[in-house]
Amino acid sequence: MPKLKSLEDLKRIREEAQKDLKVRLDTGTTITVGMGTCGIAAGARDTMHAILEELHKREIDAHVTTVGCIGMCSKEPLVDIEQAGHPRITYANVHPDMVPRIIEEHLIKGQVVEEWVFGRVTRD
Amino acid sequence: MRELSLHILDVLQNSLEAGASKVTLTIEEDLMADRLTITVTDNGRGMDADTVTKVLDPFFTTRTTRHVGLGLPLFAAAARRCNGDLVVESELGKGTTVRATFQHSHIDRAPLGDIRNTILSFLLAARPVDLHYVHRVNDRQFEFDTADIRAELGNVPLSHPAVRDWLSEFIAEGEQGIK
Repeated sequence: MPKLKSLEDLKRIREEAQKDLKVRLDTGTTITVGMGTCGIAAGARDTMHAILEELHKREIDAHVTTVGCIGMCSKEPLVDIEQAGHPRITYANVHPDMVPRIIEEHLIKGQVVEEWVFGRVTRD
Repeated sequence: MRELSLHILDVLQNSLEAGASKVTLTIEEDLMADRLTITVTDNGRGMDADTVTKVLDPFFTTRTTRHVGLGLPLFAAAARRCNGDLVVESELGKGTTVRATFQHSHIDRAPLGDIRNTILSFLLAARPVDLHYVHRVNDRQFEFDTADIRAELGNVPLSHPAVRDWLSEFIAEGEQGIK
């Protein structure tokens, strides 16, 4: 097995990450991508990749995770954005070319891209 | 599915749904024997003998959100049209193994595709699962186990943005090395 050659990098990442770990886990933004058979076939993996690229490019810290099929297969790829103190927004049929606008308007300007919204859950 | 790595992601998601904590993915490309073998083994809840016989039936699923289960039937169809096969072995309470074989040079064999993003998508699942990955191309091999990576990271999750970026580069380099 080729030894994990950048283990030193991991140690550095660990030290830096631990400083702000709690803040991130408690108050951050979570983006969830549907990754069931339906999502995968509809291109969810590429959508997720586009999200990661865009976050990296704009240096935005957000948690990105996946979930299985929730039964709305025709609306895949489904992308959920959850932010503390805001309703959870679900965007439907999110293709990679739509990702920059969602990140720009929703995450940076704080404006939901209404025309692409499929569902919204308010927590009290 | 246009890439075998998309089928792989689908099978990995099954392991996740089955409650696995450890999954092994092995991709073996033997160009001399003209064979490509993809094996996913998990320690999830497994299936009884009766259920195993039904998983390749597209109208069988354990889900309640929909009435069809196309993941494994599609993967099996992809293997069979390339002089290969797909076999599922499972034991209740122990885990499941899915093995797909292909004629490597078959004209209908989809490319392996973006294995890096398949692995990343799997590792970003909400529930942490360890992946042991082995990709062999003839006598060259790229292998890692996320258990080793987690040991270095302590309480920092694999999904942390800095770790995510590191993983992406790490996998890309490893895959490049066996091309």
